[in-house]
Amino acid sequence: MMMNRARSFAVATGVFALALVGGAAAWAQARTDLVIGMSLEPPHLDPTAGAAAAIKEVTYANLFESLVRVDSSGALVPGLAEGWTVADDGKTYRFTLRPNAKFHDGAPGDAAAVKFSLDRARGAESVNGQKGYFASIASVETPDPRSVVVTLSRPDGLFLFHMAAGDAAIVSPTSAATNKQKPIGTGPFTFDRWAAGDRVVLTRNPEYDGPKPALERVSFRFISDAAAQIASLKAGDVDAFVQFNAFEALPEFRNDPKFAVTVGTTEGETLLSTNNARKPFDDVRVRRAMAHAIDRKTLIDGVLYGNGVPIGSHFPPHRAGYVDLTGLYPYDPAKAKALLAEAGYPNGFDATLRLPPPPYARRGGELVAALLAEVGIRLTIEPMEWASWLDKVFKGKDYDLTMIAHTEPLDIDVYARDSYYFNYRSAAFVRLEEELNRTQDPAARNALYGQQQRLLADDAVNGFLFMLPAVTVQNAKISGLWVNRPIQANDVTGVTWK
Amino acid sequence: MLAFALRRSLTLALTAWLATIVVFAVLELVPGDPALLMLGVNAQADTLAALRAQMGLDHPPVERYLRWVGGLLRGDLGVSLTYARPVADLVAERLVVTLPLALLSLALSTAAAIPLGLLAVARRGRGGDWAVLGFAQIGVALPSFWIAILLILVFSVTLGWFPAGGFPGWEAGALPALRALTLPALALAIPEAAILARVTRTAILDTLGEDHIRTARAKGVSRTAVLLRHALPNALLPVATVLGLQLSFLVAGAVVVENVFTLPGLGRLLYQAIGQRDLIVVQGVVVLLAVFVVLVNALVDIACAAADPRPKAAS
Amino acid sequence: MRRRLPWSFWLGLALVGLLLAVALLSLLWTPFPVGQVRVVARLRPPGGANWLGTDHFGRDVLSLLMVGARNSLAVAAAAVGLGAALGVPLGLAAAALGRWGDELVARLGDLVFAFPAVLSAILLTAVLGAGAVNVVLALGLFNAAVLARVTRGAALAVWRREFVRAALALGRGPLSVTLVHVLPNVLGVVVVQTTVLFAVAIVNEAALSYLGLGVQPPNPSWGKMLGDAQTHLFTAPLQAVFPGLAIALSVLGLTLLGDGLRDWLDPRHRSSGLL
Repeated sequence: MMMNRARSFAVATGVFALALVGGAAAWAQARTDLVIGMSLEPPHLDPTAGAAAAIKEVTYANLFESLVRVDSSGALVPGLAEGWTVADDGKTYRFTLRPNAKFHDGAPGDAAAVKFSLDRARGAESVNGQKGYFASIASVETPDPRSVVVTLSRPDGLFLFHMAAGDAAIVSPTSAATNKQKPIGTGPFTFDRWAAGDRVVLTRNPEYDGPKPALERVSFRFISDAAAQIASLKAGDVDAFVQFNAFEALPEFRNDPKFAVTVGTTEGETLLSTNNARKPFDDVRVRRAMAHAIDRKTLIDGVLYGNGVPIGSHFPPHRAGYVDLTGLYPYDPAKAKALLAEAGYPNGFDATLRLPPPPYARRGGELVAALLAEVGIRLTIEPMEWASWLDKVFKGKDYDLTMIAHTEPLDIDVYARDSYYFNYRSAAFVRLEEELNRTQDPAARNALYGQQQRLLADDAVNGFLFMLPAVTVQNAKISGLWVNRPIQANDVTGVTWK
Repeated sequence: MLAFALRRSLTLALTAWLATIVVFAVLELVPGDPALLMLGVNAQADTLAALRAQMGLDHPPVERYLRWVGGLLRGDLGVSLTYARPVADLVAERLVVTLPLALLSLALSTAAAIPLGLLAVARRGRGGDWAVLGFAQIGVALPSFWIAILLILVFSVTLGWFPAGGFPGWEAGALPALRALTLPALALAIPEAAILARVTRTAILDTLGEDHIRTARAKGVSRTAVLLRHALPNALLPVATVLGLQLSFLVAGAVVVENVFTLPGLGRLLYQAIGQRDLIVVQGVVVLLAVFVVLVNALVDIACAAADPRPKAAS
Repeated sequence: MRRRLPWSFWLGLALVGLLLAVALLSLLWTPFPVGQVRVVARLRPPGGANWLGTDHFGRDVLSLLMVGARNSLAVAAAAVGLGAALGVPLGLAAAALGRWGDELVARLGDLVFAFPAVLSAILLTAVLGAGAVNVVLALGLFNAAVLARVTRGAALAVWRREFVRAALALGRGPLSVTLVHVLPNVLGVVVVQTTVLFAVAIVNEAALSYLGLGVQPPNPSWGKMLGDAQTHLFTAPLQAVFPGLAIALSVLGLTLLGDGLRDWLDPRHRSSGLL
């Protein structure tokens, strides 16, 4: 728009050749502002006091830094700590902090702040959603302002990974209490303003002690309605929309050279979670019948317009150790009916499907109900808000079926938990999990992961449906946005305009 | 008259008080734990307990109710559980969207309805009258949220003149803000205008039958002048009455239309707060809305009683 | 005064009759099985085998609309029925009892009216869960308050009339007077009010289903169809037209019918189209 106007102006003044060159040069001065569209608005902006993904999707690596950081490939790289060493016993971690790190209010980003943050997260008053991440910490010491020594009570292979989470953000004792509304971290961007219901604006932190980002100003705009999302991209009100889920509009954006569409991976295994303790789902034949009755292709086409990868067990295909089990229960309604008859349900049965709010669940649930109806399983759909879903389904385990994406990385271990909402009990799986915890060798670990996947698929514990995609629609001139989502984040520190 | 107003104020206070009990009791029954919602699936029992204590949810319901009502009486709506900000601030922040939206739609609907009503009377029994009556009949039948979707379809998706949703905030300038409010206001105004046009027409026809109008006509005052100077002013009271009564529908309509356009107004705040189990916010907003509705109804009653002492027997 | 021209009443009757006929027909026949999903054939424009096109799952829109008519009518009828079952006796009782009983009913009404119907339905579905039954409860409560108020007003007028005084003088009790004299005389007003409330219930059910709180899939509902259509405004704009049209025509039919009935029952009453 602006570009066109500049050109037509130049043509009108009759010095078009020169002006075009000059114009191009002037416009080559790359833009330094960015507007990112998100579906959901965060309730507040303190990542250490809330589980809502949107909090981290604004703050992670932009406003707040953790000791360690996850990069776009999922690897651990330095965060507030520029380096670390692990003692041989696997229990002592020594972090060396960046020399000149400072909070946005000028408070020092030193060892004392780290100790404060870690002790706060694991203390009695802690309201950290991932307090378990800090459970293995026995003590935090600060031999000098740049060094933090964390001693664990037991070796914890995931400790560094947990210290890289948004929940482990380092906060300052001077501002921790007010971070919900006025977040103050050590990151390369500072909080500018929050227009409730519309956007959060960040500006570049001139005092940042690390490499300065190319962007001067980043706005996160919250647009929940699909039509409005599409309109905002087309009008240029939004430069990039992350986790875009108006999939039907993707072909149009793909065909438009002004836009670039990327489809990346997430850690979200989407399941038709099944209450294994409840009749008739306690019968493996019924669960297998359902697996045969659900056509993943229809589901992926119908819900994601083809932008998803089917799974046959609880493991993401992009991770080492993945075993392809999608062929175990091919779509076969006749076989499903036969299995149901064998289990004593020749005329099918009635059950309820409780659905949380995300569109993939609401739409996917509708389709699953239609597919299961064809083999005689009649589902009543009960949509639920998150609060009710967490309370009744997840915590109360009061459900037949539900549909949900399990977005935490490497979370196959939940099947070993006795109290988990699947109500799945398998001594064989627990034995595998125990062995996994004792095993360090990557190849051996992957083999064990493979056995776990096979066991889950064999037991048809849940309906294993598809991986949730990470779809981004962006202005083609932007580079540096994450394609994959190894964790919940919109790290814009590496974003540049061409 | 004074006695009537006093009595009406008493019942108003009673209703408002009962409303606080109903709202509080209903929200006590809502399933879901605000702390669990905030901290998610991996939250530990001790963390949840700590957060509940921080939110003040560990006290018995009666105590919390008394504390909340006590706060209300002092003008303190409490602090939001999710946003950790005073509810009054949140409400104020959202009112700058909802209030202009309501006023704009009221202005649009009366600006359309009164000329339409006049036109119908002036062309009584002829084409213009039928057109107005038809509009009135059809307009009432159109649900505002469907009008909203159609307006988005035509003016945002097809023509691109107005945003399909969202609100840039007044700090972005009056023009972009008004642009964002235009379609929602229209969606609310169209059914409203239909009702008002019909009421205006009927009210003017009523006054035309009265003596002073006939006298004016007999004195040779022109038909148009009679309509504008004599009949219209007298017809305005019933129009205003209906307008007042329609306000509660406008409130309900605004809740839905704000959701269609994802406008960060009071209705959307309420809808989201219910989803987030931000009970303090829900209580505060619902009671404010209820008091507003009750107050407007009482004012309409008192105004009617003042204008016409007859209906004091009927409620 | 003026009598409404009969054609509008007949038009209303025709529209409501059509609605009923479609709803009944949907029990026996729809162009396609109503829940049938065919993802490959989704978002087809009107024309061809699917007269009104298909939705985002490839379901036939006409079939959905037909069954939607049934669901819409069922919810509205239940909500109005519940309202009448509660509201009419309450209104009659208030008029017959006077004093405290009257005051109690009036204050209860105030309380219900303090919460706009959609608002109380949103709150109620938060407590009881989303779904048609809970929407019926919420709308029914509102309708009960409206009908109680209307019935009371009409009944009070009847109580002041000569023949009621005569009946009382003859030693009839309040219950017998209410049943024999008052009820038949308020019935007309109640019926008119019922048609208006029916129209309001259809709109409110649609609004709640649009928000995802009302009739649940696989049961189709006009409101939910509109909600789904809104996400496809760019790719399938016409999907947002048909369900809305169905709602508007139903409401139009009911209001025309209500106005006609009112004029027929009470020619002096000017139809204002209001509650």
